[in-house]
Amino acid sequence: MTNSEKNRLKDKAFQVFGVFCTFIGLVVLAIFLIDILIEGFTRIDWEFLTNLPSRRASRAGILTAWVGTFWILILTSVIAFPLGISAGVYLEEYSKKNRLNSFLEVNIANLAGVPSIIYGLLGLEIFARVMGLGGSLLAGALTLSLLVLPIIIVTTREAIKAVPRSIRDASYALGASKWQTTWNQVLPASFGGILTGIILALSRAVGEAAPLIVIGALAYVPFVPTSPTDEFTVLPIQIFNWTSRPQADFLVNAAAAIIILLLITFILNGIAVYLRNKWQNKVKW
Amino acid sequence: MSKKFYKLESKNLNAFYGSFHALKNINMAMEEKAVTAFIGPSGCGKSTFLRTLNRMNDYIDGFRVEGDILLDGRDIYGRDVRVDELRKEVGMVFQKPNPFPKTIFENVVYGLRIQGIKDKRVLAETAENSLRQTALWEEVKDKLDQSALALSGGQQQRLCIARALAISPSVILMDEPTSALDPISTAKIEELIYELKQAYTIIIVTHNMQQAGRVSDYTAFFYIGELVEYAKTKTLFTSPKHERTQNYITGRFG
Amino acid sequence: MRVQERIIEGLLRLSAVITIFITAAIIWVLLSESISFFSEVSIIDFLTDKQWTPLFAEKHFGILPLVAGTFLTTAIAIAVALPIGLTIAIYLNEYAPARFKKTVKPLLEILATIPTVVYGFFALTVVTPFLQTIIPNLAGFNALSAGMVMGVMIIPMISSLSEDAISAVPRSLREAAYGMGSTRLQTAFGVMVPAASSGIVVSVILAISRAVGETMLVAIAAGQQPRLTLDPTVPIETITTYIVQVSLGDVPHGSLEYRTIFAAGITLFVFTFALNNLSFWIKKKYQEKYD
Repeated sequence: MTNSEKNRLKDKAFQVFGVFCTFIGLVVLAIFLIDILIEGFTRIDWEFLTNLPSRRASRAGILTAWVGTFWILILTSVIAFPLGISAGVYLEEYSKKNRLNSFLEVNIANLAGVPSIIYGLLGLEIFARVMGLGGSLLAGALTLSLLVLPIIIVTTREAIKAVPRSIRDASYALGASKWQTTWNQVLPASFGGILTGIILALSRAVGEAAPLIVIGALAYVPFVPTSPTDEFTVLPIQIFNWTSRPQADFLVNAAAAIIILLLITFILNGIAVYLRNKWQNKVKW
Repeated sequence: MSKKFYKLESKNLNAFYGSFHALKNINMAMEEKAVTAFIGPSGCGKSTFLRTLNRMNDYIDGFRVEGDILLDGRDIYGRDVRVDELRKEVGMVFQKPNPFPKTIFENVVYGLRIQGIKDKRVLAETAENSLRQTALWEEVKDKLDQSALALSGGQQQRLCIARALAISPSVILMDEPTSALDPISTAKIEELIYELKQAYTIIIVTHNMQQAGRVSDYTAFFYIGELVEYAKTKTLFTSPKHERTQNYITGRFG
Repeated sequence: MRVQERIIEGLLRLSAVITIFITAAIIWVLLSESISFFSEVSIIDFLTDKQWTPLFAEKHFGILPLVAGTFLTTAIAIAVALPIGLTIAIYLNEYAPARFKKTVKPLLEILATIPTVVYGFFALTVVTPFLQTIIPNLAGFNALSAGMVMGVMIIPMISSLSEDAISAVPRSLREAAYGMGSTRLQTAFGVMVPAASSGIVVSVILAISRAVGETMLVAIAAGQQPRLTLDPTVPIETITTYIVQVSLGDVPHGSLEYRTIFAAGITLFVFTFALNNLSFWIKKKYQEKYD
């Protein structure tokens, strides 16, 4: 065999390995989804969605968990969106190149890399203890808001960056102020991208369990939360709790709850992908 | 004899991007209701100078000016001058047509809306007048609520001019307004410039020497940040005083 | 109007500056509780004692077993994710048709969007039983299964960041290699990967940082037994799992046990902070090189 034949053979071999690697992740994903569906799908019925938790696996439901999850999503949105979008707008539209602002940028990149459980410790000390919110929905939502803030800031900046300079010039030349230009031109033009970032942030928040456990969210909450100061649980914590039990019946419950959680996650991500594509195709400057 | 009135005057103007000296001691006066063209090779400072006339460079980090620019005898870099008021007086049209991603109507009335004008009749009248002035009315009157991005490039540029006229400025700055357009659209814009100078003071930056010759009354030649020569267009093109000007207009460099 | 503009700008700036307060608050919380902790426990013991038993009668406060557990799961995860992720990046860049790439990339991204408790469930109920058929003495909770599943989870992180780095290599470089008769494989490993090496290193560092901070997956599947070992078949405990374990229990605020989670937390924070900043530093240096 000549050298060049050898090289071609190696090249071919790597190509096969590349296909194999690309598919291994997807195959694992598929096995996993099928396994969860087989195990949990038949467990999902109206009762499972509307029952309170119980010590008996067959009677336990996820009502408190999904209601808690939706509360957390809404509260986190209310707190994190205005803050994150404002910060993104400031850094992209207003800030000049100076030391404070380059420090801000490094700082936000750093925050994005802080493990979620550390945010839990922050929330435990500041929100749960110092502010006296305990293991309430509000404390949980505040903690998750800080966690997703960097995601919102970064995607807001990306979206704003994509708005062409010429649009701003046109607005300024007509006598518009900075804020008028930002509000009337830049934000509407970057709306799709900002929305995508917001939904990705929510999809991150919906799957978090660790920081909420640390601030004191409980696994067993026998009532449906009705106000932001109520104690709560969320789907990921409920799944964690059921997975940690030795009885096989609870694992079935966990699988069923995972199906619901994945459904929410995939829907959120699907919306984000849809919006991104729609927005990219909409305006060509 | 009374002193001659100039619409715009630049006195000892210097401009810097950080440490880069972009405009060097520019002194010139621009006549009212006339077309003044700025020509010169890329990077000569002509666009920078144009953008100092309505302070469009204000938002650029590290940009600063020294000296005065007088509009109707008043320094536009003075402390009491509000940039938004200045820009209502000095409109601008850009190199590439840049309509907002909104309807044709909303594009034209944008300047009024941000001034807080809500009266529908005023908005509609202004829109029609401005579009008529740019000879666009007949072409778009039935589709005012369609996206401005659906218009052709030439129409978009005339829309941008109409948008600038809607806030009734007295000066219009044009930064290579036809460089992105085809010859027919270019001819229409040039015709328009000729019409508009009855009522407006027009300053135009152009790369195209024939265009400067066709549309302008006065021409200024810039080279590496300096104003080399400034004269009546006819004089500058037929008997330039400086060798550099001569070389440039005859196409020996550029 | 001008006043209004100023107020708006002030509010926007405030929102941005709040992020600095968040960092400051994280550091303050971790430091203040840790300082109280270290006033009772010697820092030497903390760093050298080989046992971690703060919740037992006979208390030891050596962080090493938790660090070892964290290191073990992270190392296994990277051992899985790096070869697969990098191969995917090279394959998608040099071999795969554009349409295939366009379909596969979003599918791989799904792996990154699945909540980590779900991965924990998968590791515990599917992967561990499967591995036990191969390794009979594998414990029900172990670092191997948790680490491998975590590896799958971070594949998209390494593959997409590495792919960005590889596709940022100037086209002329690739063409030069092909022009001299290189095969795709020779071009990939001889030219592209070395040229993109700093970007690839950054992707690996960020993946390590992610794996070190991962919580629910290891809390579910790797066990809750602090153990100074590199044996991947036995139950261990990571730093993050310990914090969850204490949080689930009923430890009174202000007690030494309560403070242990902050001491564990600051250890974790120091690791991830160092890793993240190392990656920023490499990235910055690399950007300067190409600009």
